[in-house]
Amino acid sequence: MLNEDLKIMFTGLLPTISFEEGGEWLNVFLAPSEFKSFARQLRTTPGLDFDYLFCLTCVDWKTHFTMVYHFTSTIHRHNIVVKSNLDVNNPEIETVSDVWRTAEMLEREVFDLFGIKFLHHPDLRRLIMPDDWEGWPLRKNYEDPVNMVKL
Amino acid sequence: MDVEENNISKKDFPGEIHETAGGGIVLSKLDEVINWARSNSLWPLTFATSCCGIEMMSVASAKYDFSRFGFEVARATPRQADVIIIAGTIVNKMAPVLRRLYDQMADPKYVIAMGACAISGGPFFYNTYSVVKGADHVIPVDVYIPGCPPRPEALLHALISLQQKIKAGLTREQIKENSFLNP
Repeated sequence: MLNEDLKIMFTGLLPTISFEEGGEWLNVFLAPSEFKSFARQLRTTPGLDFDYLFCLTCVDWKTHFTMVYHFTSTIHRHNIVVKSNLDVNNPEIETVSDVWRTAEMLEREVFDLFGIKFLHHPDLRRLIMPDDWEGWPLRKNYEDPVNMVKL
Repeated sequence: MDVEENNISKKDFPGEIHETAGGGIVLSKLDEVINWARSNSLWPLTFATSCCGIEMMSVASAKYDFSRFGFEVARATPRQADVIIIAGTIVNKMAPVLRRLYDQMADPKYVIAMGACAISGGPFFYNTYSVVKGADHVIPVDVYIPGCPPRPEALLHALISLQQKIKAGLTREQIKENSFLNP
């Protein structure tokens, strides 16, 4: 499906959705509260069939966090990027590990390094850092006076 | 190269060879002969943690070929390796693994720190929570190679420097051993 057709379809599914122009892939912005139901529709709606979540990451903008999800459909060969801005003081979003199984590990990684809370995640533990580690190392305000020089 | 009998690496050999009828006599010090033998048969451990490892593989392959200098076969177990080339960044989680590999290697053993990461934590990665600022915080290093990554020629030079160090009895291990034997 072409980006223009996807746009029309998404607006039908979720009227509050907004789009970001430029770039090869269609970028979609939505509120975190709308994310879970939209994610389910991405996966199940005939014609969309986004069956593969191939990248899940987070960006720290200091004023807010942005969750970034890349989806592709192995049936229709179309891609989208879904972004959602989270509150800097209480970053939380619903898990999609029950929709795409791979999200379980990817969300654990983002939790480990950014401290984003994924609600209803089955096993939200640290993945890479030691279990007793304190702090979220990839946040911009992370400080480690022993190992890091403050720039 | 000239392949007359007199030219065949006798210069390199620590000692004198006296030709006599029906054979010959070798005069030398046992320590020096041992060091000479060891320095010409150093087996590296297959160990690489980042991009320097690619350069190390290139040095092992046909074009540069470190087996010309006696670094014959890369061993996949520390039990059979003599030298460990730290090719890449060592992170805090890798440090205990590196220490264990070093401890598992049989004596005598030698260490080469290849590239900026192994020397000091690296040009890009030093200002983080996760990187060890130099592999010599974990294990003792004999030869350092600067570069990011070093040229294959630089690694060959380091390997030859290590051989010279072994022949001179100046690696960290040999110095430690000597101070233990002759306090």
